[in-house]
Amino acid sequence: MTTTPKPVGKVNAAGLERTEYKGVPSTLCPGCGHDSISNQIISMAFDMGLQPHNVVKFSGIGCSSKTPAYFLGTSHGFNSLHGRMPSIATGATLANNSLLAIGVSGDGDTGSIGFGQYKHMIRRNVPMIYIIENNGVYGLTKGQFSATSDEGQKLKYYGENALPSLDLCLEAIIGGCTFVARSFSGDAKQVQALLKAAVAHRGTAVLDIISPCVTFNNDPQSNKSYDYGKKNEVPLHEIDFIQGGYVPAREEITVDYAEGELIEVKMHDGSYVRLKKLGRDHDPRNRARAVGLLDEAQREQTFITGLLYYEEPRPILSETLNAPEIPLTALPEAQLRPTKDALDKLMQSFM
Amino acid sequence: MCALNIANEVQTGAANSGEPIVNDFTIMAATKNGSGSQTSNSVIVKSLFRMGIPVNGKNLFPSNIKGLPTWYSIRVSKDGYTARRPHNEIAIVFNQDTAAEDIANLPPDGVCLIPADWKWGQSRSDIIYYELPVKELMAKTEIPADLKDRIGNMVYVGAVAQLFGIPLEIIYEALLDNFNRKEKAARLNYNVVEIAYNWTAENLPKRDVYRFEKMNETQGKIMISGNEAGALGSLFGGMTVAAWYPITPSTSLIDGVLDYKHLRRDAETGKDTVAVVQAEDELAAIGMIVGAGWAGARAMTSTSGPGISLMAEFAGLAYFAEIPCVIWDITRLGPSTGLPTRTSQGDVLFAHFLGHGDTKQICLLPATVEECFEFGWRSFDIAEEYQAPVFVLSDLDLGMNNWMGEPFTYPTESIKRGKTLDKIQLEEFFAKYGEWYRYKDYDGDGIPYRTIPGTDHPRASYFTRGTGHTERATYSEKSSDWVANMHRLRLKMDVAREKLPQPFIDYNADKKVGIVSFGTNEPAIHEARNWLSAKGTQTNYLRIRSLPLASSVHEFINQHEKVYIIENNFDGQMSQIIRMEMNDTRHVESLALGDSLPMTPDWIVSKIWEGN
Repeated sequence: MTTTPKPVGKVNAAGLERTEYKGVPSTLCPGCGHDSISNQIISMAFDMGLQPHNVVKFSGIGCSSKTPAYFLGTSHGFNSLHGRMPSIATGATLANNSLLAIGVSGDGDTGSIGFGQYKHMIRRNVPMIYIIENNGVYGLTKGQFSATSDEGQKLKYYGENALPSLDLCLEAIIGGCTFVARSFSGDAKQVQALLKAAVAHRGTAVLDIISPCVTFNNDPQSNKSYDYGKKNEVPLHEIDFIQGGYVPAREEITVDYAEGELIEVKMHDGSYVRLKKLGRDHDPRNRARAVGLLDEAQREQTFITGLLYYEEPRPILSETLNAPEIPLTALPEAQLRPTKDALDKLMQSFM
Repeated sequence: MCALNIANEVQTGAANSGEPIVNDFTIMAATKNGSGSQTSNSVIVKSLFRMGIPVNGKNLFPSNIKGLPTWYSIRVSKDGYTARRPHNEIAIVFNQDTAAEDIANLPPDGVCLIPADWKWGQSRSDIIYYELPVKELMAKTEIPADLKDRIGNMVYVGAVAQLFGIPLEIIYEALLDNFNRKEKAARLNYNVVEIAYNWTAENLPKRDVYRFEKMNETQGKIMISGNEAGALGSLFGGMTVAAWYPITPSTSLIDGVLDYKHLRRDAETGKDTVAVVQAEDELAAIGMIVGAGWAGARAMTSTSGPGISLMAEFAGLAYFAEIPCVIWDITRLGPSTGLPTRTSQGDVLFAHFLGHGDTKQICLLPATVEECFEFGWRSFDIAEEYQAPVFVLSDLDLGMNNWMGEPFTYPTESIKRGKTLDKIQLEEFFAKYGEWYRYKDYDGDGIPYRTIPGTDHPRASYFTRGTGHTERATYSEKSSDWVANMHRLRLKMDVAREKLPQPFIDYNADKKVGIVSFGTNEPAIHEARNWLSAKGTQTNYLRIRSLPLASSVHEFINQHEKVYIIENNFDGQMSQIIRMEMNDTRHVESLALGDSLPMTPDWIVSKIWEGN
């Protein structure tokens, strides 16, 4: 029997092919927006030459939270509890601050049961990319309203939503997040660019990606549907991510303007995010403006996407807690257990 | 009712004879919470300890910041007993709100120290009153007016020192210790003590029989709270992450970690090798340590009953996904908010089975400050060896009160990481087995091999989930996979039960009466057994130190004609665990108290006497 030699695919900086960033086949509904986000994560990881062993994947519970099994199959992953992924990621990144953490959550997981943990993760500046695959509906339990369902939205069994929706980006900005973006799973290019920028960011990076549920919430009337997204998405800017080498030393972020047409944000790792203005003016460094923009969008029911808010990163949690620069998990026993002499001296003080 | 007679003989027999009673009585200080009495009481206890007299102090405090009644009992015992006694011979009655009750509770010939300022009618003629002019004495001091309220309780320290015999220089040393060697604060307090001491000497002739006398029984011993001991144990155990949420009575354990965190400060970098996070709630606290344990940290949280309730879901996940972490439960009285400042052993059943579905958690049951220290470091080794949560069930009495103990023994074994494969070990594993599957039992002990994130090996990763999984850590809804995994988890726990800290057994040939207990009933049982023995009832004793139960517990129970399971909860929870595991328990009797207070030998003796 002859064997056909395996075709050699394109290899990235890490010496890996794109297929090596894949996970197990998805079990989500065909056409689910979440699967296209998983694909963008795979492409991003391949393009950026991420080392899979340096990446950790986290999720809570729900359709979105299943997806970490579907990308980066050779990275450690943890599908944890409903709404509690932020605490798991907090502990894990504290134990090992050299890991690149990617968390995937949903609107139920983040906006309802996990809302407290979401806000506190942001407050602590846990270094991770926190992706919300937001479809405005509970899928696994078959179609209930979530906290991000729009007011007046109609669902098959549950009628009309009488409550205002919660804007998770607005909550992130108010909570002190230094990287806040909104995107649409149907806008692959933008998702891709934002994911890369989030990797280059140090601290919590929130990506709220509207990702239609093809089974329970894809009626063209719903503003979480494909049709709606395709027709109504208002990208603030065209985003390009220009990758640089990893530069360990901290550098100032510089933002240059060309009459408001082009904004270039230099990230900590030497990369750039280039924002080309598409419609309305938006300076993502202006917190009050970002809050105002989201407030307007909510009132006018417009679907604004892009990098909504960015500021120079503040210390990550392990720095706040005076932890060493090297991972706590890398400390040798001599640094973990004080000496016998130290214990004996201490005992004297209790006599 | 013979037993009660024994108790009475021990307690009041000598008092009636008029002979001096030396180093064998209890003082109760009744004060108002937040009035600074904690300093006065600590100073008396520390002074007696320095005099070489075995002493134990217990704080019975309210759930309140300021104003409600609080009682502090100080027991001295020449025989070294440290259990709580139901009565006190001497009462320091410094809280008007409870004065009537405190006086009524004194035995005949009891002693009452009371402020003269109250013009208190002497309601009993069979006790001895010493009236102290607190206001007048405070007026003689140099204390600034704003501090007078907080230092007023030092008056009774001076009176106690003079009446019962504590040298002033020892009091001063104890004050210096209490104020971290700050002379100004110590002097301020000492000034009051000295004035009260001298006034007492001149104005109050001694009329009672109680005396402190120097002994040599505390030489080389330490005095420390269980929570401080647990904190030190954790720091010596290589803890790298601690996450917590404030709750009485566990807060002082984390305070201890913060107080002694400098032991883990890198001299070169000035960085701390342990990260302590105050979480937003107990759900997040345990989530953080589960995440940290998964990523390879030695992680701990400390809480009490209400926190344990919130931690149930994560505890089940950590058990099922096999993630090491340590959870201290400093038990208080429940259910619900219950009596948050009173002691209990009421979380044993809940903690042992914490998690929905079929869960059996490892629990360690310290009885002494030495064990708090030892389990402090050993719990991390156990958690990593069994890749499971480890609960350390202390309680308010052990955790928050100061206890005499032997200086702690430095960990006898180096840090154990269990079956954790690093890059090289993983390579060797593949060379040996040609594979590595996260949840496969390679050694026949139910304990699989794990890797931690960041391991630089292309085959090091696996996917962790709380859902059904195969031995390869892949998702599975097959019942055969589920059952195989549950069998392995059960095997793992059955292996653990013979290797966890084994029971302490005090055994002689007589196999009639056996006592089984755990945790802080230890001092009451020790004393009760001596009383029973003096009256001809010999007992054997087994103290459980871990769950799941060791087989020696079963053997001990089977060997005796009659077995009492003594515990400080209302439902007899340990007794229930024993009954679940044993076929024939007709000879087993549950002696369950759960009255919110530390157990007394008197209660045990009366119960066992009733049963024989």
